[in-house]
Order: sequence, then structure tokens, then C-alpha cells
Amino acid sequence: MARMKFICDAERCIECNGCVTACKAEHQVPWGVNRRRVVTLNDGVPGERSISVACMHCSDAPCMAVCPVDCFYRTAEGVVLHDKDTCIGCGYCSYACPFGAPQFPSSGVFGMRGKMDKCTFCAGGPEAHGSAAENDKYGRNRLAEGKLPACAEMCATKALLGGDGDVVADIFRNRVMTRNKGSEVWGWGTAYGKPSSGGAAPKATKS
Amino acid sequence: MRHPLVVIGALVMLAGLAACTERPQVAGTRIQGTAAYMGTGGSPYTAAGWKAGDATSWEEQMRTRTQAGQNEYVRSAGK
Repeated sequence: MARMKFICDAERCIECNGCVTACKAEHQVPWGVNRRRVVTLNDGVPGERSISVACMHCSDAPCMAVCPVDCFYRTAEGVVLHDKDTCIGCGYCSYACPFGAPQFPSSGVFGMRGKMDKCTFCAGGPEAHGSAAENDKYGRNRLAEGKLPACAEMCATKALLGGDGDVVADIFRNRVMTRNKGSEVWGWGTAYGKPSSGGAAPKATKS
Repeated sequence: MRHPLVVIGALVMLAGLAACTERPQVAGTRIQGTAAYMGTGGSPYTAAGWKAGDATSWEEQMRTRTQAGQNEYVRSAGK
């Protein structure tokens, strides 16, 4: 079975926030909740780099480990989802998540009463696929429609890749080998054990 | 007479302790929900090219869509 993953190519991301907008529009995410956002390092300095960040659907998810009401679960495709009917909005998952993925709306119809909201990899929630209840709580279920996440499919420069982990890793690897740079910025060597030659990584200062 | 009472008491206490065992704590393994390849049950927005309920065709659809939509090296090479 496919194992869904995101990867963002920092050499291509131009900080247009198209992925953020696509996510907001597709799932009608309210103000104050950002399932996806773009983080820029060394903003304004030559060599700045941007990366699109959301839930990374960890294989051993810390949010899942710390949730006191056990509202998280994993789908057969490796997507980490949660049940808003079980969530108590305690915020423990946001402390555990290294990516700041869990979001907590203070008011509004979508995700009301401060229940946690996060990227679903466009895979909805525990309700029936494509049902009105699922759409109201979690947004569209594109995976069940045979589509990939809206953010990745809408990315103008194809910096954000989303899909089966093996396939997106192959695409990214092919890019890095072709252009012979770009792997050093985001720890390619740490993640994949194949560091390429290239310049030094920029100093990490958040904008 | 005291001995049987002591033994029974000890057994009752043992039985009580049995309820204090911990729940198994295994991180990140709970799998739930209907698989995505089962489809939405007739959504008009479903993409063409795969059959709901067929895991193989869904996975092929995901692979094709990823390569066609996100790998421009393949797209440019095909022209």
C-alpha cells in the first residue's frame, strides 16, 4: 500500500503561498487556522530559502503518542488523522509536534469549540468518505476521489511534492541529481544518506 | 479457622490487583478508517482513470497523477 508523504524542494519554493491558499480554499479553513504555511529562512538576505510546512504525517507520530484521549489514528495509506468528536482541545499535540501542525481555532463554525485542526493530506476524517459530515469537520477528501493533496497539485513551481513516499522521493532525487545541488539545504544526507556536493547550508534564522 | 479466611482474603486482594494492569502502550500503530481506494460512493468530483474498491488501480492512479502532475522531467521528455 502507498505511504503518503510530503517533501518540499527549497531550491524551487518562491514563497508565493499558493499552497496555503489552495489548502484554505479547498477545505474552507477559517481565519486563524493555517493547516499549511510557508517558512522563510534568512528572509531578505541573498540565498534565502523558503519551505512549505504542514503535518508531515510522521510514521511514529508524537501527537498520536501524547494525546490523552487517543483521538489520533493512521489510515491504511499512512496518513495521520484525528477524530474531532473525541478531541478535547487540550493542546498537548501542539507541544509534541515538531512542525507546529496542530491548530486551534478560538471560534467559528469549522472546528468549533477549540478542537484541534490540522492538515489531513486531503484525506478527510473518520466519517464516510465524501459525506457532508466529513466535509464540514475536515474538508474535502481528495484521496478518495483519486486525487492528490490540493497544495501539492496547485504548486506553481512544483516545489511541494505530495504522494506516495517512494514516488516523490524518486522525483526529488532525480531533480537533485540533474541540477547537482539543493540537497544540502534541508538535510538530505541525514534523511537519505546520500549528500550531494554543493554550497554550505544557510544559517537558520526564522523570519 | 483463621487460616482459610486469610487465604480467601489474600485471593480476593490478588483478584483486585489484577484490574490494575496497564493498557498496552504502542505508539503510532492504530489504524482506522475506510481505505481511500474505496472511493466516495459516487462523488461527481471523482477523478477518472481508476475504479473505486480496486486498491491496485487506485495506487496506479496515485503514481500516474504524481508523475504526470509533479515530475516535469518526465513531461518534457515525452514531448
